[in-house]
Amino acid sequence: MTVLDDVSVGAELPALHIPPISRTTLALFAGASGDTNPIHLDHELAKSAGMDDVFAQGMLGMAYLARLLTDLAPQERIRSYGVRFAAITPVHGAPTCTAKVVAIDEVDGERRATLELVVTLADGTTTLTGAAVVALV
Amino acid sequence: MAVDPTAIGTVLEPVSMDIERGRLAAFARATGQRDPIYSDLDAAKNAGHRDLPVPPTFLFAIELELPDPFQWGLDLGIDLRYVLHGGQDFTYHRVAYAGERLTATSTIADVYSKRGGALEFVVKKTAVTDESGSPVAELTTTIVVRHPEVAS
Repeated sequence: MTVLDDVSVGAELPALHIPPISRTTLALFAGASGDTNPIHLDHELAKSAGMDDVFAQGMLGMAYLARLLTDLAPQERIRSYGVRFAAITPVHGAPTCTAKVVAIDEVDGERRATLELVVTLADGTTTLTGAAVVALV
Repeated sequence: MAVDPTAIGTVLEPVSMDIERGRLAAFARATGQRDPIYSDLDAAKNAGHRDLPVPPTFLFAIELELPDPFQWGLDLGIDLRYVLHGGQDFTYHRVAYAGERLTATSTIADVYSKRGGALEFVVKKTAVTDESGSPVAELTTTIVVRHPEVAS
């Protein structure tokens, strides 16, 4: 049993609150993910590109949202997962990852929940929107 | 400069990556992952996994192993300074594990523009396969190229 197994359409699932993203986190994620674009690491370079400061790799936000998914159900149940990147996440931003059940269907002999996913910052900015399909089994 | 639509269908050189436990543990640490199955081999095995699972978005890292991961974009005439990651999609066939060698093979799937050419979209589809050639996942990467010189 997981959190997802007895949910119904419309259910809002427990949110994942991420602490403020530090410069150290951006450096660690650059190394671990292979996204070494200096716009996420080098304050001076970010300034020269017209930004106030460095900002988080988009895939870091997507990785946080994936943590929410694997907290909700074992990873082998995730059939698909996708996001649109709506706004950048500035350094020190604190994302909150949320999921809501928007559909439950029978596909290929298994019950699958479609989750609507949103990541927001404390000031209300939506940084990512997306969807995932997870088998309920 | 607009991307030439004849680029659609271009198949990029495949990229392979040996998935290492240490790298996955570093990814878990960088993403604040508290579930020990992603960094501790005993925890993974106790949960029924044969090794550390490759987390859902890590597959994106395979092509970043290249010395110049965005060379394909430069080859299309894209100016890196104006590139945004617009969207990212994954379809999964199975969970991959540390110890596997995974290969990513990408195709330029679509090129289109919006707002009278001020925004250009390039869609890259990537098949991730294992050593036997069996599918692990498909990725769809949408990048947005801004063309500030085009009045929208």
